[in-house]
Amino acid sequence: MLDQLLQASILASIAAATIRIATPLLLAAIGELVAERSGVYNMGVEGMMLMGAFIGYLAAYESGSLWFGVFAAALTGGLMALVFAIMTITLKVEQIVTGLALNLLGAGLSNYWLRAAFAGEGKTPVIPHFSDVPIPGLSELPLVGPILFDQRVLTYLAFLLVPVVWFFLFRTRYGLIVRCAGENPKALDVKGVGVAPVQYAAVIFGGIMAGIGGAFLSVGSAARFVPDMTNGRGWLVIIIVIAGLWRPWPVLVATLAFSLLDALQLQIQGIGLDVPYQLLLMMPYVVAIVALAIRPSRGGAPATLGVPYLRE
Amino acid sequence: MDTTTPARLSVRHLTKSFGQMVANQDISLDILAGELHCLLGENGAGKSTLSSCLYGLYQPDEGEIRIDGAPVDLNSPGDAIRAGIGMVHQHFVLVPTFTVLENIAVGTGSGLSLDRRSALRRIAVICEEYDIPLAPDRLAGDLSVGEQQWVEIVKALYTGARLLILDEPTAVLTPDESRKLFAVIRRLIDDGISVMLISHKMTEVMQSDRVSVLRKGRLVATVKTAEVTRDKLTAMMIGGQPPSAARAQRDTVGSGQVLSVRDLTLSRDGRPALGEVSFDLAAGEILGIAGVSGNGQDDIFECLAGLTTPDSGSIAIEGKALLHASPAEMAGRGVGYVPSDRFRDGLVSDLTIAENLTLGQQWSSRWRKGPLLDRTALDTNAETAIADYAIAAPGPSARCGKLSGGNAQKVILAREFAKARRILLCNQPTRGLDVGAVGFVHRELQRKRDEGCAILLASEELDDLFQLADRIMVMFRGRVMATLDTQAATYEQVGHLMAGQEKQAAAA
Repeated sequence: MLDQLLQASILASIAAATIRIATPLLLAAIGELVAERSGVYNMGVEGMMLMGAFIGYLAAYESGSLWFGVFAAALTGGLMALVFAIMTITLKVEQIVTGLALNLLGAGLSNYWLRAAFAGEGKTPVIPHFSDVPIPGLSELPLVGPILFDQRVLTYLAFLLVPVVWFFLFRTRYGLIVRCAGENPKALDVKGVGVAPVQYAAVIFGGIMAGIGGAFLSVGSAARFVPDMTNGRGWLVIIIVIAGLWRPWPVLVATLAFSLLDALQLQIQGIGLDVPYQLLLMMPYVVAIVALAIRPSRGGAPATLGVPYLRE
Repeated sequence: MDTTTPARLSVRHLTKSFGQMVANQDISLDILAGELHCLLGENGAGKSTLSSCLYGLYQPDEGEIRIDGAPVDLNSPGDAIRAGIGMVHQHFVLVPTFTVLENIAVGTGSGLSLDRRSALRRIAVICEEYDIPLAPDRLAGDLSVGEQQWVEIVKALYTGARLLILDEPTAVLTPDESRKLFAVIRRLIDDGISVMLISHKMTEVMQSDRVSVLRKGRLVATVKTAEVTRDKLTAMMIGGQPPSAARAQRDTVGSGQVLSVRDLTLSRDGRPALGEVSFDLAAGEILGIAGVSGNGQDDIFECLAGLTTPDSGSIAIEGKALLHASPAEMAGRGVGYVPSDRFRDGLVSDLTIAENLTLGQQWSSRWRKGPLLDRTALDTNAETAIADYAIAAPGPSARCGKLSGGNAQKVILAREFAKARRILLCNQPTRGLDVGAVGFVHRELQRKRDEGCAILLASEELDDLFQLADRIMVMFRGRVMATLDTQAATYEQVGHLMAGQEKQAAAA
C-alpha cells in the first residue's frame, strides 16, 4: 500500500487535492480569524458556509454565471453575519448560542429551499463548475507547477488572503484597532473609537469569507448542491483558528494539515484498501480533537474573546 | 490663583441620575488653566460619575460643560479628546500583549499605515518634556504598575490633552512612585496643562491648588487648599467629625504561638510566587503585611486558607502541621479568611445575606432541618449579624450584589469572624472603603484581637498597618524584605522596602 502511495504521480495528486480541499477551509478560517481577533466568537460558520454553498449554487443555476453565484454566496454569508452581529454586538445575546441558532437556520433553510426550488427531483441538476486556471510560466514548473499553479481562481484568492490579512492585522492602523477590540475593547472606547463598528466590520468580513468558502464547495468543485454539503467543515474552521493560535500563518499550516489528512483518506479509499471508509473519514476530526487537547492552554486567544463589551 | 485666568473647564448645574439614584446633583465648578484641582469625596460621593461625564462616557441629564468659555457636547470619549480632555482611569486600560507604542498609538492618526516612526518621535518629545521614563518597545504586560501609569499619562498627552483627569492614580503606587508622579504633575502644570486629581488621600489633596469636595452627589464647596486644614476637609467630606485615628495603645501582646510558617515556597505558571516565607503569629497579635499588590500577599493567604498547596515549606497551627489542608479543614481549625476581592472570592452576589453568611458551612447541623435548610435559623442569624455589624440592608433576604462595598465587606466580616476562633486572615479588608467603613473595620479587628485571636492583616494602605499592626512584614516579589516593629518603623522605611530597596531602608 505504501508503495502505491509513494509513487510520484500519486503524491502529486494528493498534494493538488490538499490544496483544493484547503481552499474553502482557508477562506472561512481567515474570515473567522479576523472576527475572533475583534473579540467575537462566530460559531455560526457552519451555517454560513452551508447557506453560501446553497445560495451560490442556486444563483449560478438561475443566472448561468458562476461568478454571480460566488457574489450571491458572499452576500448571503455577509447578511447572516449581519444578523449575528446585531444579535451579539448590539443586543449582547450570548455569542455561542447565537452561533448555534444560525447553524440550525442554515441547515433548515437550505434544505427547505432546496425542496421548494427543485421539487420532485431527487437530485439537483449539475451545472458547470469553475475550471483550473494555470498561471502562465509558473504552472510549467516541474512538480510544484501543476500542484500550486494550476488551481481555481478562488484557491489563489484564499492563499493570497493569508499574507494580506497578516499585513492588515499586524502592520496597519486598522489591524491594530481590530486586535485592540479583541484584547481590551475599553482601551479603544476611551480613545474615542467605537468598539461596535469595528466588531461589526470584522464579523461581516468573516461571514462573507464563510459564504465564499461555501460557494467553493458547490459551484467551485462539486458543480451541484447536496443537503448538508459542508459536512462539519464550519466546525473544523473554528478548530483551525484555535489550533492556529489566532495567527494567519499558523492558521494556514493548520488548514493544510487537516486538508492533507482528508486528501490522504480520499486517495486511500481510491486505492481500495480494506479499511472501513468511515474510519478514514473520521481522521481529520480525530486529529482535530488531539490538536485541541495538546495545544497550549488559551495561548494566543484574544483576551476578551466572546465577552460582549459593555461600558461599565 | 488669579481669578481673571480663563477657566479651562466650566461645569454648570450638572445633574446625572441613574434610575432613582442621583449621582451628581447641580454641580458647578471651574478648573483653571495650569491648575492642580483636587476632587475629594468618599466612595459613592459622585466623583467617578462626574469625571465620566467630563470624559463623555456618560451624558449628563442637565447642565452645561464649557471648554475655554465655549459650550461643548461631550457625547463620546472622542468628543472629549477633541475638546482637549484626557483621562487616566483608575483601572488602567492597557492591552498587555501590545507594546507601549501600540498602546499609545492605537486609534490615533489617519490613513491605512501605522506610522511607527512619527509616533515614536512624538512619544520621545512628550517623555523628554515632562521627564517621564518610558521604553516604547516593551510589552505593556511586562511593566510595573508605576510604569503602566506613565503609559496612561503619555497616552492622554499624546492625544493633545490640555486638561488631564487622574482618577485615584496613586491607589496602586508605592510612596516613591507617587512622589515621582507628583513631580511630573507639577511639570505639566508649569506648562499650562490643567490637572484634575480625584483622590481621597489627604497627603495628595494637600498638594493641590484648589479642592472641590463632593458629598452624596453634591458639591459641598470649592476651596483654596492653602486656606484649609486636613481636618476641615475631612469634616467637609464626611459631613461630621472624623473617627479617631489614634493607634490604640495596649501593653499586652498575647502569649503563645498560634501560627507558625516556615520556608513557604510556591511557583505559579512556572514563575516564583513565594520564596521561603517564614513568620510566626501569636494569639492576640496583629501581624501586618505591607507590599504593593501582586508581591505575594494573595499567595500567602491562599496557602494559609487551604486554597493553594505550596511547593515546599510548612504551616503549623498550634504545633500541628497542616500543609495540605483543604479550606474546610482550615475553617475547622478555627481559621477565618477575608479575601481581597470581596465580590469575586468572598460572596456570591446573587445569594441573599442570610445565605452568604452560611456559605461553606451549609452542611452544619446548625443550619439544617433534616436534609433541608433551616430558613428560620438562617434568618435569625442574619438579623443578628445585620444588627451587630450595622449592615445597611433591607433584611436577611437582600441580595449581596446590591450592597455597597462597605456593607458587603461587613457581611464577610460577620461570617469569617464567627469562624475565626484562633486565626483571622484579612487580605486588603479596607480596599475601596470610605472613611466611615474603614473606621468600622479597624474597630472590629481590634475587638477580635482583644478577644485573643491571631490576625494576619495585609493592606496597601500603610495607615491601616501603622494603626493596627504590632509588627509589619514587608513583601517584595514574593519574599519577606524585613519584619519591623511598628513602634520603631517609619512610613519612609516601609515604602523603600516595598519598592525592593533594601539598603536605603536599612540606612533610614
